[in-house]
Amino acid sequence: MAEPLLEVKNLKVSFRTEDGVVKAVDGVSFTLSPREVLGIVGESGSGKSVTMMSVLRLINDPNMQVEGEVIYKGRDVMKLDKDQMQEVRGGDIAMIFQDPMTSMNPVYRIGDQIAEAILTHQDVDKRTAHKRAVDLLKQVGIPQAETRVDDFPHQFSGGMRQRAMIAMALANNPDILIADEPTTALDVTIQAQIIELLDKLKDDFGSAIILITHDLGVVADIADRIAVMYAGRIVEFGAKRDLFYDPQHPYTWGLLGSIPRLDRPKTARLHSIEGMPPSLISPPQGCKFRPRCPHAFEKCMEEPELVSRVDKRDHLDRCWLEPATKRVARYQTIEGGQAA
Amino acid sequence: MAAIKHQFGLDRSLPVQYLLMMKRLFITRDLVSYGNQALNVVPAITQAAPVTFSLVIGAAVIWVVFSVLIGLLAVILKGTIFDPLLMILALIGISMPVFWLGEVVNLITQSPNRSVIFSWVPPLGYVPITSNPWQWFLHLIFPWLTISVLYIGFYARVLRANLLDVENEDYVRTARAKGLSERRVLIKHMLRTSMITFVSLFGLDFGVLVGGGALLTEVVFGLPGVGKLTYDSLVKLDLPVIMATVIYGAFFITIANALVDVLYARLDPRIRPA
Repeated sequence: MAEPLLEVKNLKVSFRTEDGVVKAVDGVSFTLSPREVLGIVGESGSGKSVTMMSVLRLINDPNMQVEGEVIYKGRDVMKLDKDQMQEVRGGDIAMIFQDPMTSMNPVYRIGDQIAEAILTHQDVDKRTAHKRAVDLLKQVGIPQAETRVDDFPHQFSGGMRQRAMIAMALANNPDILIADEPTTALDVTIQAQIIELLDKLKDDFGSAIILITHDLGVVADIADRIAVMYAGRIVEFGAKRDLFYDPQHPYTWGLLGSIPRLDRPKTARLHSIEGMPPSLISPPQGCKFRPRCPHAFEKCMEEPELVSRVDKRDHLDRCWLEPATKRVARYQTIEGGQAA
Repeated sequence: MAAIKHQFGLDRSLPVQYLLMMKRLFITRDLVSYGNQALNVVPAITQAAPVTFSLVIGAAVIWVVFSVLIGLLAVILKGTIFDPLLMILALIGISMPVFWLGEVVNLITQSPNRSVIFSWVPPLGYVPITSNPWQWFLHLIFPWLTISVLYIGFYARVLRANLLDVENEDYVRTARAKGLSERRVLIKHMLRTSMITFVSLFGLDFGVLVGGGALLTEVVFGLPGVGKLTYDSLVKLDLPVIMATVIYGAFFITIANALVDVLYARLDPRIRPA
């Protein structure tokens, strides 16, 4: 593999609370190559957002503790001083967020907010920055960008606001764009448009994208590799194709089984994963998915490592089951159970 | 007695009494005091108003500047001992009654055997800015500070609470993710949206003070403003004067609120008509 652009090594994020220490992220490691699209999938509370927020060090909770390294361009981001960190944020690594309704400051014009990002990182005058803001808005598909650039955020629809957010994030040609559930707050039709837009822009701008979502359907189109997170850990990591066609972890099966599909006969109910996500203060012993896993056996009391267990070297998972056993077991979960 | 009753129209029905009073206040402007028939009410107020304006506007400048500074400082120093310290200080400021504080200030700065530090303080009273701006300033500096203490404490606490609220907003996170410095995030992205409550409080308080609410301060410092006029007429139960000062006060409270609404729209574009 080529030199990675970003390398996260054993990242641990925990929060001290009244009830105990919450281990929100517990030893996450991954690499990102230039121009790659990495999907991070998991349910609420699995630590996917916290992982990416701590890469940019955007959480300033006094009760937070972070361990591990985030290597970007040979430097550990965790050890940068305040000024260096501000250069990285928005300049080298940009981020867009879940709710476009609240992610822009309501009292400033869209164009000014985009120009602000440009002026912070580039040595240009205000007029140039403003012109660039118009160009960016055109690139993300805002009609009549010349006039809409002077609109306030409340004059934009949700989808347009998310487009404007993307324009703002791409303003400085970042190496990495982190998109934290960029489509969750939008209509399904708009979701598809935004994902298509990201797919197009990653080529125009040459940025790598980390796409955080709880919806495997969202990453299915554009991700190169996918990491599935559960309870602060990556439980399965592999190329998109492998993950969709040869999923190794029962949790991934559950996620796949819960997607409604048009190419299969309609079953009575979609699959749902029984139970609740585990407490992050006192997580279950061994495999974190064990209490909810229908295939758990004695060995699961011991935590499995994230290693390759199939014949593909870069398809990693944390499950003790034999690959042959899995092939039988997962069929029921994914294909809609009893009918098979 | 009957003649006086007739002169003030008190032998007429209530609505007519009211209309007569308004006519003499606004149209003929010849309403006179009950007690002192030589005192014409309208000129009395127009003479007192500049004093009150001087007092309140000066105090307002001081309290806005210092409460914003203290509010910002408290947020910057959050997590250190200075934040609660500042807030306790603010609470002490709020808790001190203005008449007590004013008397203590007078005791320190006016007594015959005061320390040399305060030897420059002029005697109580008022000098118009038109006759001597420097003396005007010296006469008003302690009244200004005395009024401000209460409002600085109050406004600083309100602003701090609003800033901490706004800090968790998504757009503040966006601003940080853009790589803006903490100072710029605080001043440009947090302060402006936090000023809404601040401005509405300011409009109310400013209107009340200009309308004669600085009564106690004016009395304590011997400033012949509208508050003092109200106080004197209250003591004598001089109804025409009280009536006039109330109308005058109502006028400024209304004006202040209208200005606040205009300022709202400047602060938050969502309030502007499309």
